[in-house]
Amino acid sequence: MAKRSIVPFGPQHPVLPEPVHLDLVLEDEVVVDAVPSIGFVHRGLEKLVETKDFKEYVYIVERVCGICSFGHGLGYCQCLEQIMNVQVPPRAAYLRTIWMEMSRVHSHLLWLGLLADAMGFESLFMESWRLREKILDMFDATTGGRIIFSVNCIGGVLKDMDNGMLMRLSEVTQEIEQDLRPIADTFLWESTVRSRLHGLGILKKEDAILAGAVGPMLRASGVAYDARKLGYAAYNDLEFEPITSEEGDSYARCEVRIKEIFQSLSLIRQAISKIPNGPIQEPVKGNPNGEHFMRIEQPRGEAIYYVKASGGRFIDRFRLRTPTTSNIPPMVQMLKGCQLADVPLLVLTIDPCISCTER
Amino acid sequence: MEEWKFLPFAHTALKNLFSKPVTTSYPFAPAKYPERMRGHVEIDIESCISCGLCARNCPPGAITVDRAAGTWTIQRFDCVQCGNCTNVCPKKCLHIRPGYTEPDCQKHSETFTRPVKPAAPATKPAAPAAQPAAQPAQTPKSDPQ
Ligand code: SF4
Ligand code: SF4
Repeated sequence: MAKRSIVPFGPQHPVLPEPVHLDLVLEDEVVVDAVPSIGFVHRGLEKLVETKDFKEYVYIVERVCGICSFGHGLGYCQCLEQIMNVQVPPRAAYLRTIWMEMSRVHSHLLWLGLLADAMGFESLFMESWRLREKILDMFDATTGGRIIFSVNCIGGVLKDMDNGMLMRLSEVTQEIEQDLRPIADTFLWESTVRSRLHGLGILKKEDAILAGAVGPMLRASGVAYDARKLGYAAYNDLEFEPITSEEGDSYARCEVRIKEIFQSLSLIRQAISKIPNGPIQEPVKGNPNGEHFMRIEQPRGEAIYYVKASGGRFIDRFRLRTPTTSNIPPMVQMLKGCQLADVPLLVLTIDPCISCTER
Repeated sequence: MEEWKFLPFAHTALKNLFSKPVTTSYPFAPAKYPERMRGHVEIDIESCISCGLCARNCPPGAITVDRAAGTWTIQRFDCVQCGNCTNVCPKKCLHIRPGYTEPDCQKHSETFTRPVKPAAPATKPAAPAAQPAAQPAQTPKSDPQ
């Protein structure tokens, strides 16, 4: 047996954008085991729910993550709406869906940029982020913020989009779709990119299910599971099918995410064409009493929200399980057997967000 | 199995070589903000009634309201531009407007004082005036003792 050595990897590492630490057990250059540890950026945002008014907390839960911020606000608000029996007006549900899909486009484009960067393909990285900027500008114009939107509230949304804005958004999605084509072709068909991703970090279907992978990770291994199909917000009224791939390697994960961008762009247009008129907010009275648990599909995978309240201004317990938490065990599985040089890229393909894992 | 396209990025690369930069030359070209952009909080201090609702509903606690002095103070660097204060204000005298707070080496706050109504200054001098009046009133009382 070759001699084993342990290489510490992260939390500060030139090619790793996230504060995760891995103890890599190596045999020569091959990883035989990886021991992850997190906890470097814990902020205690879950605990803060006990000292902040439940309506104020919407603004805090958004700040759990800079990329999934809209979804976190949405998940929390939907839990409270269920507890307090508030029916969200249909227009608000559609607006939430539109913003949620915009978040997905923005998250996946960010990821594509990071992937290109990890491979050393700088111009592709810039191109992906140039497109992402269009979505961010649209966010800025519709919600008032590029990253933190502060438009969710319990009972609906705070801001409406008028027809002009919706038309502009629809145009922007078309522009992005057009500009994304050459980028998508580069990611999927360029021989250097392909050779870097193909067959790397294969996660078999059974392993993905056993290890509890979520989101694009799971779908890239051939499991057609998408929490959007549960039909929260306006997803019930929209037509779409979860995107899957069979291979389960890094290339498949890239492919699933690219196809999801196209899908999200068409979902935005679909929602714009179906959006009903009406109010955007339902007044909320009193304090919440009860508990609720719900799941939503964040760009990075399924996230779980749990709220328990007992009739006061403050909530007793709020629990948020982010997609990266569930994607760490499959990542460890994937790392076993790979080359040391592939570790950064493999860690990146789970689209990790360690900061929101630690809340 | 290899299916591939010939140099798919070449077109983009060539196009970028001969086109203008996508970025703007900020700060030489001013930044353009959309109308809804949440940049900083402004107050119409004349309409403020010092109810303190904004201060109580501000998640980071960036606002202080002094009812007696009629002041409204905001810690610009604590404010996270959530816009909650503008939603809760009963007089709708808070607005969130485009344009970020300028960077600084130190945290600083900004205080707005409500213009004093003509009736208010009359009461203040009245109080000191009452005291001297009360003292002479007491002294004659103590004198006979
Ligand atoms: S909520 Fe409005 S009226 Fe009340 S203190 Fe604040 S700014 Fe003044
Ligand atoms: S915008 Fe938010 S953080 Fe800023 S002062 Fe208003 S409530 Fe406080």
